[in-house]
Amino acid sequence: MNVTNRFWVSLIFSLPMLIEMILKPFGWMLPGGELTMFALTTIVMIIAGGPFIKTATAAFKKHHSNMDTLVAIGTSTAYIYSVYAMLTHQPVFFESAAFVVTFVLLGQVFEERMRNNASNAVEKLVNLQAKDAEVIRDGKPVKVPVSEIVLGDLIRVRPGEKIAVDGQIVEGSSTIDESMVTGESMPTNKKVGDSVVGATVNGTGAFTFKATKIGKNTMLSQIVALVKKAQNSHAPIQGLTDKVANIFVPVVIMVAVLTFLIWYVFIGASIASSLIFAVSVVVIACPCALGLATPTALMVGTGRSARMGILIKNGEVLEAVNDVKTVIFDKTGTITVGKPQVTDVIGDTSTVLKIAASLEASSEHPLAAAIMKKAKDDDLKFTKATNFKAIQGKGVEATVAGKHAFVGNEKLLADVAIQAEIRSKMTTLQKEAKTVVFVGQENQVIGLIAIQDAPKKTSKAAIHALKSRGLKTVMLTGDNEAVARAVADQVGIDQVVADVLPSDKADQVRSFQTTGRVAFVGDGINDAPALSTADVGIAMGSGTDIAIESGGIVLVKNDLRDVDRALELSRKTFNRIKLNLFWAFVYNVLGIPVAAGVFYFIGLTLSPELAGLAMALSSLSVVTSSVLLNKAKLTPSAQIA
Amino acid sequence: MKLIVLVIGLAIIAFVAWWFFGKHDVAEEQAKVAGSKQVVDVQVNGGYSPEIVVLKKGIPAVLNFTRRDGSSCLDHVVFSDFGINQELPQNQKEAVNIDTSKPGEYQWACGMDMFHGKLVIK
Repeated sequence: MNVTNRFWVSLIFSLPMLIEMILKPFGWMLPGGELTMFALTTIVMIIAGGPFIKTATAAFKKHHSNMDTLVAIGTSTAYIYSVYAMLTHQPVFFESAAFVVTFVLLGQVFEERMRNNASNAVEKLVNLQAKDAEVIRDGKPVKVPVSEIVLGDLIRVRPGEKIAVDGQIVEGSSTIDESMVTGESMPTNKKVGDSVVGATVNGTGAFTFKATKIGKNTMLSQIVALVKKAQNSHAPIQGLTDKVANIFVPVVIMVAVLTFLIWYVFIGASIASSLIFAVSVVVIACPCALGLATPTALMVGTGRSARMGILIKNGEVLEAVNDVKTVIFDKTGTITVGKPQVTDVIGDTSTVLKIAASLEASSEHPLAAAIMKKAKDDDLKFTKATNFKAIQGKGVEATVAGKHAFVGNEKLLADVAIQAEIRSKMTTLQKEAKTVVFVGQENQVIGLIAIQDAPKKTSKAAIHALKSRGLKTVMLTGDNEAVARAVADQVGIDQVVADVLPSDKADQVRSFQTTGRVAFVGDGINDAPALSTADVGIAMGSGTDIAIESGGIVLVKNDLRDVDRALELSRKTFNRIKLNLFWAFVYNVLGIPVAAGVFYFIGLTLSPELAGLAMALSSLSVVTSSVLLNKAKLTPSAQIA
Repeated sequence: MKLIVLVIGLAIIAFVAWWFFGKHDVAEEQAKVAGSKQVVDVQVNGGYSPEIVVLKKGIPAVLNFTRRDGSSCLDHVVFSDFGINQELPQNQKEAVNIDTSKPGEYQWACGMDMFHGKLVIK
């Protein structure tokens, strides 16, 4: 029989006794008196209370004990004594045994519901998975279940359909709502060559994509695996409760026996009232609340953050976040976009860009890529250059549309003429830490192109949010001081450490650790050592697998503002754990002396049934407090997205 | 009469201390390798038997948990190191797959962290 049914049986058979208890002052008595009570309680004890006794006996044989031990001892003591008292015509307290069983079961019924509620984040994620997909097999589209998709399958997606697995678009384009997996609220535009993520929802377009990741390797499956692991991980703070839980029950039994002895032998109370005190002690002292305090909060906290695209890997990370003092950022790809971009064009924009694009069209240089992208974005048509020639260490020259043209760096200036106006612009741009490319025709510089790895649009807000939280922000980069400083000033970072070799990043993190806990945010392979050295490693989701592996927190959305949110959520969760533990301890520490009758002389006592109710409420309140984490408000600075 | 009760009471306290805190043998079981995997059956009844399971490194392992116990305390088994949190319906054999690639000692526990078992992979 399950807990719910046991509860109903217990409630129905206890009800007459409850009614009697309420109506007694008005002169109503239970028909049959003690005998009816005996019969009702016996049924409750056997059907609803039996499993407690069974578990307790089985555990006892193994030298173990748990809450069932306490419930079993408490209720059977009350029951057996009452049978004896009934036979010897003394006052009985059958109702105590029945009520305790009822209340404990009531607590368990609610607790079970709440626990399911707390752990359903994973289930929700798993349910996102598409059921089937339209796969092109032998040139014909066939509907197949997702499990039968193989790598390299071409899958057609109609408007509004769910994307089955991870892949790359080979035909068509669309906007895709990825919020369910990444937490990103804006639909993203996808065209041929872009990757799509399984379980996201296609917008209005239709496209065909090639499956590149299936089964356990899809992003969704990996997120699910990560969240599952995080939800069941141990937070170090639990070590304390583990120790307490191991000795708790036997100690309570001893305290209960002692309580009885003191009341009966030393104070001289009757056997019945001494027993009631002992039974109350046993019943109130269930350590369930202690055991539930950490895991339930961990479950809800990691589940909620996962829905926001923030994957917290385990309870240890959560705890470490709590006293982070410094947040260190990698520059390239974390604060900045990671790809150099054209920021300014001096001179006649389209002419300058056209010539530069003609010359750089076949170059592999990163700066060339930036120029080509700008030309493409501006929809510029340019002619092919001929007679290519490299100017040693300075740039390239060629013939464009019949004229001699060149693109290159500052060193070219020795050979060609430049207007004073352009020269002064050059100095300004260089001061802003931009790389300046010179574009010229014949022997004259006709324009400049400034290129920079610009900060992400969200970086400034992200840094601001962290600073307003009182954290120190630091940027680590291999770039030179001037470039690093310029970027730092743009986003408002406190401190810059430039010219850092990739291999020294971890050492830099270590040196910051001397002043307090450090979080490191990065994305590249070379960030992996720093990510694992830092107390909290935060990996950008766009980063390399190895970075994601080394990080304790992964930001799926790739939005730097999530660093702040991750810190806030971790803190909230950890504080909730502490709050839960505090109440669970307080409840037990205060509850036991009250139940033992320590405050009897000032009129404060606890009957066994009230103790049972208190115990049920304590576990229930801890679990409820954890579930409420889902509703906890985040500060506005963390909400802008 | 009171003296007798006092003596009995103190004896009970001593017995409880010895029974729960004293050193007692725990059931330990070495996994049997059957074919390409190793299997151990674990009974769940007021705790786990065996309580210590020894597995060989590198061979996929399955622990079959059968819950005989009606307690809601034991209705889940949690391996926090492996991210496993498996529900154990009463009287039903539930297989839990264990990754044995890393040697070491791993704790498992019931959903409320009251009952514990240990996995030794070597």
